[in-house]
Amino acid sequence: MENFLLKNIENPDSADIEEYLKIGGYKNIAKAFELEPKAIIEEVKKAGLRGRGGAGFPTAMKWSFAAADPKFPKYLLCNADEGEPGTFKDRPILEKNPHLLIEGMVISGYALGAEYGYIYLRGEYPHAKDVLNKAISQAYEKNYLGDNILGKSIKFHLAVHQGAGAYICGEETALIESLEGKRGQPRTRPPFPVNVGAWAMPTVVNNVETLCNIPYIISIGSEAYSQIGSKDCPGPKLYCVSGCVEKPGVYELPMGTSLKDIIFNHAGGIKGGKKLKAVIPGGISTPVLPESMIDCPMDFSSMPKHGSMLGSGAVIVMDESVCMVKVTYRALKFFEHESCGKCTPCREGTEWLRKSLGRIERGEGREGDIELLQEISENIMGKTFCPLGDGAAGVVLGMLKHFKGEFEEKIKAKGSRV
Amino acid sequence: MLSETVLKEIEEIKAKYPSARSALLPALYVAQREFGWQSEKAMQAVAQALNLPEAEVRGTATFYSMYKHKPMGRHLIQLCTNVSCMILGAERLVDFLKNRYGLTQNGTTADGRFSLVIMECIGGCDMAPAMLLNTDFYGDLTEEKIGEILGGYK
Repeated sequence: MENFLLKNIENPDSADIEEYLKIGGYKNIAKAFELEPKAIIEEVKKAGLRGRGGAGFPTAMKWSFAAADPKFPKYLLCNADEGEPGTFKDRPILEKNPHLLIEGMVISGYALGAEYGYIYLRGEYPHAKDVLNKAISQAYEKNYLGDNILGKSIKFHLAVHQGAGAYICGEETALIESLEGKRGQPRTRPPFPVNVGAWAMPTVVNNVETLCNIPYIISIGSEAYSQIGSKDCPGPKLYCVSGCVEKPGVYELPMGTSLKDIIFNHAGGIKGGKKLKAVIPGGISTPVLPESMIDCPMDFSSMPKHGSMLGSGAVIVMDESVCMVKVTYRALKFFEHESCGKCTPCREGTEWLRKSLGRIERGEGREGDIELLQEISENIMGKTFCPLGDGAAGVVLGMLKHFKGEFEEKIKAKGSRV
Repeated sequence: MLSETVLKEIEEIKAKYPSARSALLPALYVAQREFGWQSEKAMQAVAQALNLPEAEVRGTATFYSMYKHKPMGRHLIQLCTNVSCMILGAERLVDFLKNRYGLTQNGTTADGRFSLVIMECIGGCDMAPAMLLNTDFYGDLTEEKIGEILGGYK
């Protein structure tokens, strides 16, 4: 399969508008403007595009809710917060292919009736901020952004909003709060952002990769697009592989490529010829899979059947030398730090989990600690305001399911394995 | 106080949004650039420029980890120790920075040259272990390599 999302990124000047135009960039705007907005939503629906941020929600459905709301103005927000540990799939687009994202946002804005867009970019990507700002001003100069795009009286304005280091802002309602200049704490739903979002107006929040798929659908048509990858969630997918592999990086592959294939064929297998032990398949919030379970298609529908989730497609590979207790402890330190403090099970629960895990990790584990971890996790799962708590609990429960022996061993030995 | 030029910059930021409050995050970045950190004066100046209660400004400024609440060194080392970086040796780098420079989490060297912030994931997992030094990414770090890189920042 030829790359679309990562097309031309080996070109050192790929972020320049002239280079983008040379490879046929921005042509899909004109093509899309030939269609009625409703027809574009229908195309995206027929293409079967599901949101690439982690939840896999059908994009066209989200759009149609916002489009149907009579309130104006509507807003289109690009979620470029990419904070899920292990995830760096959107960075090549943001740093090297910014015009694809802009093109996708102009078409999407037209489809759902949004005339204003913001890219919510994580604070940890300072280089991407400069690239995006330059790309946006180039797009304004060439009339791909503004009040009268391509002379068609279609309006779309775009700006970058830089986050400031808060994982929770990847959650769409927290992202909106943060865009409004507040602490990034999730909102009660309903009302949903598609009706009452940014500045109380209908708002669609889409991931970078999702928006970059739109020009592709317009370019090849929904029929051809729906033939790529898994039947019920087609299209190309960016998988980012890190950890103990020979060739870590971002790989654009058909959705549903097997985890095993991603690790061993694309990412070059395990570093230094060591043995594979476990994989976190979709970013730190997704449950771990032991080596014996990696022969599974990486898509939204298949992964839950194999006991995990596609998440952001961030594959973290761990070889035989990696201690699972240590990984779990580090993960929980992260969740405790990033818990926004709004709801008790998450705020308190992540701290308790981190403390208990720290004790085991330091060789001070007590009998009954495993049961305690289990109990705390079950008291978080499904009882928190947003998915952050579920992620934290899922990590612990997944580790205990597959690597309980390692925790027991460490408690018994009263000392570190590594 | 903020200079006329900086206040004008904040006015331009405000114009990008339908409400002035939305300019708070970018305005805090501007204040941090001007004052070096989120001092009382910095947050007061932002509150004044955006016509917001100081408590609201402080509440937001303390929520986000990239706003600094004490003075920082000339160069900011933001080192990732999350799982992908940890399993490839980030902890050794933390030890190295402590032993060589006396740097610990949120600390600054005695000469004010470097400050260290241990980060959650910075999205540099393909080049783990990775860090941001000011606004530059560095990856595939070893003790030797990080020592060389820091040598270039005076």
